[in-house]
Amino acid sequence: MRVRLLFPSALTALALTLLAQLSFAADAPDPVADAKAFQKYFTTKFPKLKPDDFVNGPYSMNEDMHRQWEEKEQFPPYEFALEAGKEMFATPFKTGKTYADCFANGGIGIRQNYPYFDEKEGKVVTLELALNRCREANGETPYSYVKDEMASLTAYMAFTSRGKPMDIKIPNDPRALAAYESGKRYFYTRRGQLNFSCASCHVQSPGERIRAEILAPALGIMNALPIYRSEWSGMGTTSRRLITCNSQTRAVPLEPQSDEYRDLEYYLSYMSNGLPISGPGARP
Amino acid sequence: MSMIRKSGDRFSGRIMRKESAMRNIALATVLLLSGAMVPALAASEADFKAAYAAAEAAEKDAGALRNRWTTAEAALAEAKKAAAAGDFDAALAAAKEAEALARASIFQATSEKDRWKDAEIR
Repeated sequence: MRVRLLFPSALTALALTLLAQLSFAADAPDPVADAKAFQKYFTTKFPKLKPDDFVNGPYSMNEDMHRQWEEKEQFPPYEFALEAGKEMFATPFKTGKTYADCFANGGIGIRQNYPYFDEKEGKVVTLELALNRCREANGETPYSYVKDEMASLTAYMAFTSRGKPMDIKIPNDPRALAAYESGKRYFYTRRGQLNFSCASCHVQSPGERIRAEILAPALGIMNALPIYRSEWSGMGTTSRRLITCNSQTRAVPLEPQSDEYRDLEYYLSYMSNGLPISGPGARP
Repeated sequence: MSMIRKSGDRFSGRIMRKESAMRNIALATVLLLSGAMVPALAASEADFKAAYAAAEAAEKDAGALRNRWTTAEAALAEAKKAAAAGDFDAALAAAKEAEALARASIFQATSEKDRWKDAEIR
């Protein structure tokens, strides 16, 4: 009798454990599956668009704008920043070293590998952060993350990497997966008085107008950074872009290079793996 | 005889309670009318300080959730500016608005804690 009573309870416990494991598996981050679903969503939504064209943002969403962009590229507005960045990159610090000494391959053609997860630090390191760390290691004051100097440097580094496919790695480290998941959560979480998430504009409404602007797709959005924006009459870094997005939804932006922004950049860049670097970009 | 007296006492007692109730109603009416005719009292510095402290505390909670709104910050600044100019009515109104906005941002952050997953591309 007792055995008969115990048997069903053991079965129930086993079933519950299996269910718990299944639900945990369903919730566990799976970046590969996420990126596949993410890219499929956009290529299905815009079936006529070549996958590589997504990196051209709003210019890929509209034929007229695409023609404008082709003409703009003849004399691109980011050209001055590019030249300044090239010069800055080669100018030695007080120590006699240059930026090239801080990066693999002398800093040339490496944009596609940023951001990366630093297993020593246990955090995501973006290109902007790495550049300022390089400056500080050489006794220089760090640059503002939202101003022209940083945009010029990253513009030059992106330019030397043009056409290389984005290649973000997520190491088999629970902290890297947690950073990835945190970036994903930030991307989809609604914030600000207007109750918008990044996804509200760049997943649900790419190609649609928000006032006079055409919204860019989230796929490939990081590949074009930094950008010259006509609206800003100047260059903008990734940090500036994220801060502006937050303000536009009436959310108080976080500090540049905060963990959340670094994680967001990590997640979004990983989603665009395989798409070519097109930065520096130009946007309306 | 005693029964008649008892019944008469009960009757006069009821009349007295009725009169007392009527007096109370009349008094309340006079008080209400006088209140309606006198304009509302202007907000004091103490009212503002209490409202501002409540708004600031709510905004601090929103900050801990990494979800402050620019409009709540603007209302807090507006309240402080009005108080500095001695306009405590405007300062009180702005502080109350700031608290309402801060509470809304806390509600947003709390409700989005898991809801963001509904929007995820799968």
